[in-house]
Amino acid sequence: MTTTIHLPPHRLSAASQRLRDEVRSFLDAELEAGAFVPRCDAWMSVADPAFSRRLGARGWIGMTLPSAYGGHDRSPLDRFVVTEELLAAGAPVAAHWIADRQTAPSILRHGSHAQRERYLPAIARGECYFAIGMSEPDAGSDLASVRTRARQVEDGWEISGTKVWTTGAHFAHAIVVLARTDGSPADRHSGLSQFIVDLPAPGVEVRPIRTIDGEHHFNEVIFDAAVVAEDSLLGERGAGWRQVTAELAHERSGPERYMSTVPLLRAWAEQLRGQSGGAAAERELGRLTARAWTLRQMSLSVAAALAEGRPPEITAALVKDLGSRFEGDVVETVRRLEDIEPRKNGPGLEGLLAEAILHSPAFTLRGGSNEILRSVVARGLGVR
Amino acid sequence: MNDDLRAEIRAAVTAILDGQGEDRTGHKRVWKELSEGGFHLVGVPEAAGGSGGSLGELAVVTDVAAFHAAPVPVVETAFLAGWLLARAGLSVPGGLVVASLDEARGHWQDGVLRLSGRLRVPWARHAGHVVTMVRHEEENVVAVIPVNAGVELVTEDNLAGEPRDVLVLEGAAADASAAAPPGLDTSALLMRGALARSVQLAAAARAVLVSARHYVTEREQFGRPLARFQAVQQHLAALAAEVTAMQVSAEAAVAAVEHEDADAEVAVAAAKATTSAGARQVAAIGHQLHGALGYSSEHRLGAVTTRLWAWRDEFGNESHWQDRLAAALHDRAWWSLLAGGAR
Repeated sequence: MTTTIHLPPHRLSAASQRLRDEVRSFLDAELEAGAFVPRCDAWMSVADPAFSRRLGARGWIGMTLPSAYGGHDRSPLDRFVVTEELLAAGAPVAAHWIADRQTAPSILRHGSHAQRERYLPAIARGECYFAIGMSEPDAGSDLASVRTRARQVEDGWEISGTKVWTTGAHFAHAIVVLARTDGSPADRHSGLSQFIVDLPAPGVEVRPIRTIDGEHHFNEVIFDAAVVAEDSLLGERGAGWRQVTAELAHERSGPERYMSTVPLLRAWAEQLRGQSGGAAAERELGRLTARAWTLRQMSLSVAAALAEGRPPEITAALVKDLGSRFEGDVVETVRRLEDIEPRKNGPGLEGLLAEAILHSPAFTLRGGSNEILRSVVARGLGVR
Repeated sequence: MNDDLRAEIRAAVTAILDGQGEDRTGHKRVWKELSEGGFHLVGVPEAAGGSGGSLGELAVVTDVAAFHAAPVPVVETAFLAGWLLARAGLSVPGGLVVASLDEARGHWQDGVLRLSGRLRVPWARHAGHVVTMVRHEEENVVAVIPVNAGVELVTEDNLAGEPRDVLVLEGAAADASAAAPPGLDTSALLMRGALARSVQLAAAARAVLVSARHYVTEREQFGRPLARFQAVQQHLAALAAEVTAMQVSAEAAVAAVEHEDADAEVAVAAAKATTSAGARQVAAIGHQLHGALGYSSEHRLGAVTTRLWAWRDEFGNESHWQDRLAAALHDRAWWSLLAGGAR
């Protein structure tokens, strides 16, 4: 409990600046070759396994994993640099994003040696993708009330229940499922466990959940007495809540929590550079730039805290609250100043704007709604 | 090492300012105590008559003074006047010395530099000397003039009641002067002042948060502390988020200037734009959470919120610095302005 929240700024090293230039050259070459088109929210919605494998080959996935497990022994701050360059470019990173961001650290920390050997090198190569089975029809923000059950049976575990809003389950090679192994929903945080379930699997059905733009990024995943092996338990039986909380620090703390619409902002800045957008547009560009600069410093501080082993649960929630609102601010500002009609799948600003508007309700919901994030911050301030 | 020294400075200045209690009129006594400890000239080299120390250490003194809403001219003395003097190779005169925000016109007469013009000089009424930039035949000069019976002084206050005076000079004789080094001009002074105000705005915002958190925990209504209400918790969290944004931007800008980063000017512009823009929401939520009590002059909240309202417009408001960032983007790619690197 503290009376204020301190987030000391972090200064990146000269070496990480060289890494940045390397990543930027790679992305320029990819763009030039027409390998991708910058898109908003691409970390969530644009999966390109071939692109992921090329990143893997460069050593830019699983960067912080030990080399013994196919990783590259890099610091989380090096990973931050690569991550923010990919996001700023609007690169198609959704295939490996979740595996790299949260599953790999979780398996490294809680997994058995066999699980590490099985999954980590493949994740680092950009070949193994994960989905996260947390939310349920009756458990959205209130994760502790999950109803999916895992029952110990003779040859392993039998899982029954339904997960919803599962990103990428239709192409993922495995899903990490939060399920109740002991007690009842009234027990809340105790009695939960995590399982790794390879996909596809008998008894596991993946159905699309289409969003308001008609697109398919999310899924409903139904476990109908699906039997998985004994060793699919991830970490400790009953420690699921603690493991998930640690995972959420990775899920919530990254620069994607303020950068989802940066490709739109960059495109707008480029356009204003080429033509006079007028004083009002210039000032708004300056306003968004100042905000983005500050959010980047905050995001960098959170990454540094994570790197130093200071759990950034409170500060990550705080930065995500501000960052996700900024993402929407960018969209509405560009729309208001540009006087253009958004076009789904259209070229240039019209197309980027259309996609960003249609995704914007998700910004302040996914990974914990902003109201939940603020209640985390309030708890950090000792008033809850 | 650095952090230890900064913690020591923070503790020492905090002890002095905590001692002022609720007395907001005794600035002379507080200033005397700060001066006796050498805290009024931290960051100004000893060779120039200052107390030595880095910009980071000066930022600590500035932060603590602003957090306490101390009615003392730390910024005007150390951040601005001492900096101008040291950069120009001049020494800090005795007594209170503050800086002019405007440039004077100068001409030499019988070996004496004479200054004219209408200069905004915060705290001039209490000062013995004023340091000012002078334009003289295409040259930038830094000059020191005594504030005495020979100069006309117009006293004005900002929203927080801090002295924002105007000196009217008509051929006033300078005590000392020296050519300004390359790059030292009124634009650099504005940038320096913007950095100082960013630090102060962030510190005042933090004071609002600390006070609000304390108040909602202590104050009971409808049979429970205000902090038990979700609406209050959400307000407090939103306040904490904005305060933290202001704090991080100010600290990052100080670090960028201290390390002479290539993009230090971008950092200062972004920090002043962020802290000036954040002031409104911080003051608004702060007052809302304190209820009517915070609107009374007896509560210390008003001392910090009026400073937030005053400081956000001094040395360029958010629009000024937003425009500067937009102008910088005319020859920089957007992402490289933010993250540095090639292109």
